[in-house]
Amino acid sequence: MMKIDFSGLDPAAPIKGRTDELCGDILATPSFALPTTHDFDGFQKAAVQMVKPAKGTTTLAFIFKDGVMVAADSRASMGGYISSQSVKKIIEINPYMLGTMAGGAADCQFWHRNLGIKCRLHELANKRRISVAGASKMLSNILYSYRGMGLSVGTMIAGWDEKGPGLYYVDSEGGRLKGTRFSVGSGSPYAYGVLDSGYRFDLSVEEAAELARRAIYHATFRDGASGGVASVYHVGPNGWKKLSGDDVGELHYMYYPVEPTSVEQEMTEVSVA
Amino acid sequence: MTKQQANWSPYDNNGGTVVAIAGADYCVIASDTRMSTGYSILTRDYSKIIQLADKSVMASSGFQADVRALQKVLEARHLIYQHQHNKQMSCPAMAQLLSNTLYFKRFFPYYAFNVLGGLDSEGKGCVFTYDAVGSYERVGYSSQGSGSTLITPFLDNQLKSPSPLLLPAKDAVTPLSESEAIELVKTCFVSATERDIYTGDKLEIVILNASGIRRDYMELRKD
Repeated sequence: MMKIDFSGLDPAAPIKGRTDELCGDILATPSFALPTTHDFDGFQKAAVQMVKPAKGTTTLAFIFKDGVMVAADSRASMGGYISSQSVKKIIEINPYMLGTMAGGAADCQFWHRNLGIKCRLHELANKRRISVAGASKMLSNILYSYRGMGLSVGTMIAGWDEKGPGLYYVDSEGGRLKGTRFSVGSGSPYAYGVLDSGYRFDLSVEEAAELARRAIYHATFRDGASGGVASVYHVGPNGWKKLSGDDVGELHYMYYPVEPTSVEQEMTEVSVA
Repeated sequence: MTKQQANWSPYDNNGGTVVAIAGADYCVIASDTRMSTGYSILTRDYSKIIQLADKSVMASSGFQADVRALQKVLEARHLIYQHQHNKQMSCPAMAQLLSNTLYFKRFFPYYAFNVLGGLDSEGKGCVFTYDAVGSYERVGYSSQGSGSTLITPFLDNQLKSPSPLLLPAKDAVTPLSESEAIELVKTCFVSATERDIYTGDKLEIVILNASGIRRDYMELRKD
């Protein structure tokens, strides 16, 4: 079974993972413990049913003339129960690169944290920032090595490097796609509908942010597994900046305000005879 | 010949509920003390709460054997940290350690539903809530375990704090005083005990604040 080098995760351990007698096993370069069973897939299926790890669900990102716009909802569900309405699905890998979370929450959080560490090590080793293509490839190679073991990651890596704005889609099947417009998660069909019909390359930052916000709002309206707060980030030449975080319940009444109908206005008290 | 199914599972669920609430300068962590298996009660007096560091307290429901193993790993890692850094681990640092520890068993998970409570480096209360494989989030309050679906909607109603994702940002910590938070926690458990068979017997409350740590107990229904 392949074991991946986690020396980057434990700064106290020397790079080659030598263990010393005092700390023994516990500080050895960690690797994943595996169940001793003949039926790995069946065990994973049963474990997922029982443990119901949290999953997250509508994210989108697109490139336009002023950089990359990234947006996501904030709901996490465990089976049919909403375990949180305030999950951070846009993960700040470093000041000029963002990752989005869709699929397993723990899988995305852990691997993005690991990616941030690897990017920093790259900077220190090579005296320059890593490119978006490089970072996304590192992540996709790691995920490919765990292919078939049940990880669930559907992420987009968005950033600004020497080549300008960059956007890649990476998933736990090992896929990696370069593109200008992506939406990932159970609410993505709804988000694509709004995003694709409103998209132009020459949008301004405010227009692009409004398009992203609306697309997330519409996905949360129709998809039960999406909801909470719609966050919108912009990645420009100087790094990312959070533009807005709005509760989608309030966005609904902003986009579709309730107007009193003429019937209600004419209703008066009926006196009892 | 039909395929034989495994009839031994490495997991069991010992039930129980845990709750934590973060305040401006305190943190309340509480759990019931009933340990069950199936329809039987194994003991009425089992603590699910452990103090991992000066300012970090963890409470876990689920499979108590896995919980105990997890506690031992965290205690050992904290001891090593103290030897190497000559100081106690802060609560946010312990939170990330717990997340990584859980994720390293991603393919053979700890069946433990955890809540970590404590004081951050500014002395404000903090609560971190986890799923079984390590995804975590800092929140103002949280409940995990068999009674969590009963308690969380009640806490949402009483304490619903603005999401930390909103921009412009609003503070997530509850405006309640320490004694009000303790009363609220007692109310949560009394109600959960009425409707959840795995919650009851006794309530253990741990309160962490600037003056230190103290424990409080309250009897719950034993049926």
